[in-house]
Amino acid sequence: MSTPTRAPVRSRRRNVLSGVLVGIGIAAFVDEVVFHQLLQWHHFYDKSTTAVGLFSDGLFHAFGWFAVVAGLFLFADLRRRAILIPSRWAGAVLLGTGAFQLYDGTVQHKLMELHQIRYNVPLLPYDLLWNLSAAAMILAGAALLYRTRHAKPDGDRAGA
Amino acid sequence: MHDHQAGGFGVELLFLIPAAAAVAAYWAGTLSARSRQWPLHRAVLFTFGTAAVLAAVLDPLATRSHEDFAALGIAHLLAGMLGPLMLVLSRPISLALRTLDVVPARRLSGVLRSRPLRVLTFPVTAAVLNIGGMVLMFRTGLFTAMQESAPVHWLVTFHLVAAGYLYTAVLVGRDPMPHRAGFRLRAAVLILSAAAHNILAKTLYADPPPGVLPADGQAGALVLYYGGGVVEIVIIFLLCRQWYSSTRPRSTYAYA
Repeated sequence: MSTPTRAPVRSRRRNVLSGVLVGIGIAAFVDEVVFHQLLQWHHFYDKSTTAVGLFSDGLFHAFGWFAVVAGLFLFADLRRRAILIPSRWAGAVLLGTGAFQLYDGTVQHKLMELHQIRYNVPLLPYDLLWNLSAAAMILAGAALLYRTRHAKPDGDRAGA
Repeated sequence: MHDHQAGGFGVELLFLIPAAAAVAAYWAGTLSARSRQWPLHRAVLFTFGTAAVLAAVLDPLATRSHEDFAALGIAHLLAGMLGPLMLVLSRPISLALRTLDVVPARRLSGVLRSRPLRVLTFPVTAAVLNIGGMVLMFRTGLFTAMQESAPVHWLVTFHLVAAGYLYTAVLVGRDPMPHRAGFRLRAAVLILSAAAHNILAKTLYADPPPGVLPADGQAGALVLYYGGGVVEIVIIFLLCRQWYSSTRPRSTYAYA
């Protein structure tokens, strides 16, 4: 039986990259579908915006879609190479989702005032819930990444 | 506003001639012995791609797109994004190289290697030609000129098709392309140009081109934003799939 060629792939790092990309994609997707389209709390353009805000929104939307597709192909690659570390990957997803949500909640909502979560209601409970849940996901994700920092892939037959 | 004779034969029908010739040539190539079992689905893609491009300049869409900004958005998607994507996926250059006689095939590969084509197929050039064309079309006097003169409309549509094809071929085409850029550059250009597309569509929502009513402008911007988004996601998928197959591990052990 031959030794598999696994030298160039850094499996732990690639698990994180895949998870973070999928996490960012999930956050962007949920924002777009749930808040823009289903609830219609805010829209893709709220008119009270700056050129910078519009630019960043367009860029993040494009990057969000790229992230989810690229992240899933990376996930398929991890499976194909049998180097998936499920808990590490899940931690990275939480980190990516939380980080994007915190960015959206602080920079886009508050600093640029691009759009708010919803209108004509007291914002504080929404902002707190949005940003605290983001912080909770970041903490949980970071904890999982810390715990799996030396983890070996389940399917790593050469890792002994 | 120029006359499209409703229900009659407009001069646009002349575009059927080159389109039918191209489709006939593609099918002849597909069915010839030299094509060595060229997949039929590519011939179907080429046919539908040509039809999508034609639909943008023929009635009823051509007439409606002068009155209705949402219809112009649909025509724009067909001629600039969906049609070119189907044409690129049909790999016409590979088919031509396979089925042409030696001399024209050599000429074609000489053209592919030529300096102008090398410049054109640099991803940044292709993206600027594509996005720049859209900005000019919606944000300059070109928009009004296009509404008033059919030849200008055709020229703009021709640019839309050509730039859309170039952009798609450079990013995800599988036809031979000497000096094809690497995955990272193509990914970066794709993200930035998709972002530019999003931004343009959003500004059209708030600030439609001259002569377009606000409600009309919003409907058209939604078509461009979401319809364009779908085609962009397909292109992202195709680009990432190329990465996925190019990094396939050589060992079969990993599949066990």
